[in-house]
Amino acid sequence: MIADIAKGAAVLFVAAIVQVTLLSQIDVFYGAPDLVLVTLVAVALLRGTIFGAAAGFGAGLVVDTATLQTLGVSSLLLTIAGYWIGRYGETTGRDRSHAPFVSVAVVTLLYSLGALILHYMLGDPASASRVLLDAFPFELIFNLILTLPVYALCRRLFRPPPTGLEEVRLLG
Amino acid sequence: MAGVLVLFSIALITIYFRESSGGGLHQVQSVGATVLRPFEVAADRVSRPFRDAYGYFAGLVHAKSENGRLRRDLDKWRQEATQNAYAASEKTDLLKKLHFVNSRSFPGGFGFVGADIISQPPTAFAQQVVIAAGSASGIRKFDPVVTGEGLVGTVVRVTHKQSLVALLIDDTTSVVALDVKTRAQGIVKAGSSFDHVGKDQRVEAGDKLVTAGWKLGGLSSIYPPGIPIGQVTAVGQNDVDLYKHVKLQPFADFKTLSSVLVLIPKNR
Repeated sequence: MIADIAKGAAVLFVAAIVQVTLLSQIDVFYGAPDLVLVTLVAVALLRGTIFGAAAGFGAGLVVDTATLQTLGVSSLLLTIAGYWIGRYGETTGRDRSHAPFVSVAVVTLLYSLGALILHYMLGDPASASRVLLDAFPFELIFNLILTLPVYALCRRLFRPPPTGLEEVRLLG
Repeated sequence: MAGVLVLFSIALITIYFRESSGGGLHQVQSVGATVLRPFEVAADRVSRPFRDAYGYFAGLVHAKSENGRLRRDLDKWRQEATQNAYAASEKTDLLKKLHFVNSRSFPGGFGFVGADIISQPPTAFAQQVVIAAGSASGIRKFDPVVTGEGLVGTVVRVTHKQSLVALLIDDTTSVVALDVKTRAQGIVKAGSSFDHVGKDQRVEAGDKLVTAGWKLGGLSSIYPPGIPIGQVTAVGQNDVDLYKHVKLQPFADFKTLSSVLVLIPKNR
């Protein structure tokens, strides 16, 4: 468990640093890949709700600190995203091959909506059309492209927990 | 567990949002940003060759025929021409009004601090960048930020070794600007429109805009006069609106920014 926490912290820290220094500069109609979100989805799918929520909270803090943005905004959104995807992984999604892609697509949309609402509530100038019409399609495409390598890497780092199937397998 | 983290996040947002920029959470964030800075600088240096390669091939894809030397020359001459035009128009205007006392010289009253851009917020909500220089270098809130091409934006937050710069194209950025050819005055908003230009004022496509640097009693613009902002690309008007509709293209290329100059008033 401690090894998992260390690996999760390292992976998300690197993802956050790469995100704020490199990937944010990719700008296609305001859309940019979100490596932190994709990595969080992969980790949460493999390790469940508690791990996902805690990882999302920590990654959000790093992002908000590195970019000097309002502390807690990314943490709140990523905590919810991590919990929700962890829940999906624990119940139905973990063993399905399409689960990472579906999760990333849905979370990208919900994250954009949540961020829009949160920034609107904080009084930031937030353009819904820019976020949802201009940026979202390209962000979704970028995130889906990142999903396969990131999920493969996380799957190697975080082996799926034992399912108990070995004990109930019927012979004959 | 998750509920506790959500509540903690909301508490963070609430406290951060309500406290002053010198508050406890801001200080913690400042320390955290300082701790993260070496990692960001390292990542920036490691990725720079790849970004340069990407930029090179992207340039080929977009059929950019002009090479770097010509572009630098163009920027230099364009800036010089804009400043000359502005200086000439300002001189004529001041001579007419016999107000030499209030003549504005740029950039005589300013020094500068050069800084690399080390991170950019990963959202489409704010066009802001973090630069690797802060209050330790003499930077203060609202200091103007420029490049050789023209105005880039304003410092909106300062920590000891880093600062947050709201770019000219950020929705919160407004700059009082002047058409150097016709002296028409208005407000450049988000780097894309030249607003509050009356229908009786003359503005044409191709006109160059510079900061107006107004002064009113004890108050003055945070921008010194004469900094190139952009070029007018389209002008229109209708019978209903009070003002002209003016679009512009900023001189600064915000997609390729890697370093900036922060203007520091010498008399501070």
